[in-house]
Amino acid sequence: MPLTYSPKVLELFRNPKNLGKIRDANAQAVAGSLACGDMIAIYLKVNDETHKIEDASFESYGCAANIAAASIMTEMVKERTLKEAWEISWRQISDELGGLPVVKYHCGVLAVGALRRAIRGYYKGKEPPEWLPRELTPDEKHALEEEKLMEILTKKTK
Amino acid sequence: MKGLIELHGEVEREVYLDSENSGLIFPEALEELMKAYSESGYANPSITHKAGWKSYEVLYRASEEFSRILNASPVELAYTHGATEANNLAILGSAKANKTGRRKIITSSIEHLSVIFPAERLQEQGYRVTKIPVDGEGFVIRDQLEKETDDHTFLVSIGAVNHEIGVVQDLKELVEVVKDRDPSILFHTDMADALGRMRINLKELNVDLASFSSHKVYGPKGAGLLYVREGVNLEPVIHGQLSSQRLWPGVENIPAIAGFVKAAEAMDKLDKIRLVKLRDRLIDGITSQVEDIVLNGPRGSGRAPDNVNISFLYVEGEALIVELSMRGIYASSGSACTSRILQPSHVLLAIGRRYEEAHGSLLMKVTPFHDEEDIDYVLRHIPQGVARLRSLSPIKRKEVK
Repeated sequence: MPLTYSPKVLELFRNPKNLGKIRDANAQAVAGSLACGDMIAIYLKVNDETHKIEDASFESYGCAANIAAASIMTEMVKERTLKEAWEISWRQISDELGGLPVVKYHCGVLAVGALRRAIRGYYKGKEPPEWLPRELTPDEKHALEEEKLMEILTKKTK
Repeated sequence: MKGLIELHGEVEREVYLDSENSGLIFPEALEELMKAYSESGYANPSITHKAGWKSYEVLYRASEEFSRILNASPVELAYTHGATEANNLAILGSAKANKTGRRKIITSSIEHLSVIFPAERLQEQGYRVTKIPVDGEGFVIRDQLEKETDDHTFLVSIGAVNHEIGVVQDLKELVEVVKDRDPSILFHTDMADALGRMRINLKELNVDLASFSSHKVYGPKGAGLLYVREGVNLEPVIHGQLSSQRLWPGVENIPAIAGFVKAAEAMDKLDKIRLVKLRDRLIDGITSQVEDIVLNGPRGSGRAPDNVNISFLYVEGEALIVELSMRGIYASSGSACTSRILQPSHVLLAIGRRYEEAHGSLLMKVTPFHDEEDIDYVLRHIPQGVARLRSLSPIKRKEVK
């Protein structure tokens, strides 16, 4: 089980696309935590009429795979509708990156978790569309679990 | 892999600071290894022909030289293929030979995993493992050891120099605590990171078992050594064709052993002050240039001459390793992301570092192969690399504080 990155991961790590905050973002979310060493912030500028994502960006605290996964995902969601963006899977992110090593799959899952959290946030206080599941999806749960687990572990070691 | 390497491009210089995980070897050690492979040590030393006897001679000369360096006898030395094997042999082998009925093993919370894991394995056989805590710099708490050393204690295993944070234990005192309580309690010490960094006198130290590693003294990979004090009972833990030694069957790696002893000699003669100066140049240079950092382990003489371990807050260690790699600097980290089990370094947690501090740690070891220019090159690039990664992060300093 090699801990090997594809050249694409390294490229995006070195020159990340869509880095930083979007000033007029109307959907954003953070997933992960400092304690788990794995954290992604997603910023989206959504067209309120078409529900198309016009711009997307990220910030990341994490390993090279985490940075690359967040960056490639912001590329993937641009010009897609929120519904289309919702359907992006961590596996697609991994494929776009030329394949993540097994121990780094969770970076893709966390990126999806952050994206879906941002999409849910966008619909907060609005009428949610039918395609938006009421229950949290496994990827969103993963982010929550990671955050909770680290909270517990951090308390334990104190 | 080729694509990854090509992506790195040209760098002004390369500085390899990851000898914790293996690295370069002394040229004279490589020469001895090659000589043994081609002339004096290619045969199996257990076989009774001239070529075999020549190999045996190389092995015996190595044992004599190790005995001089360590103050031991040649018969007290068992060769393995690394310190992981030596630590396993010490712990599992002494338990296998244990006829005392005692079932308590004491170790520390910062031991190498090749000590902790075999000790924990013995729990399946009814052993209890107690880990003595350390203070904020990594020193084993003496009074705690004294308290825990009791009539049930069979073995104590405490490393001399910690592999991650470089803390140099007051081993003499710790051995005394145990032996004063009961001289029959076995004392094992992992000296993989101590050899060549400090004077070692095993007889005077009064330990029963001590482990050493070739690659940790810039010798060839694939050689290790376990000192077994005369009179200490040990059983082999792997089985096979009998070799020239009883405790570790299989063909001895004579060329690696020949290189190992040459490297140990070179380390013995080495100017340690030079290493200390390089170490402190690196520590002080980072401390003066980068904010929000924590030095892991003590300063000064309580620290191994080659060890630098610093946590950079708001930076994830694996990303920092890759960042530095692009700049021609190779180091390692106690971050969860660099390990397959996705857990941060148990050593850093044991000295009270928070998870985020452990994740942002960078472990660098200066070696006899480095000079001041190498260190200055590193000191130019670390602040830049850390700043770049901090600029990517959603967490900014003021938000955390």
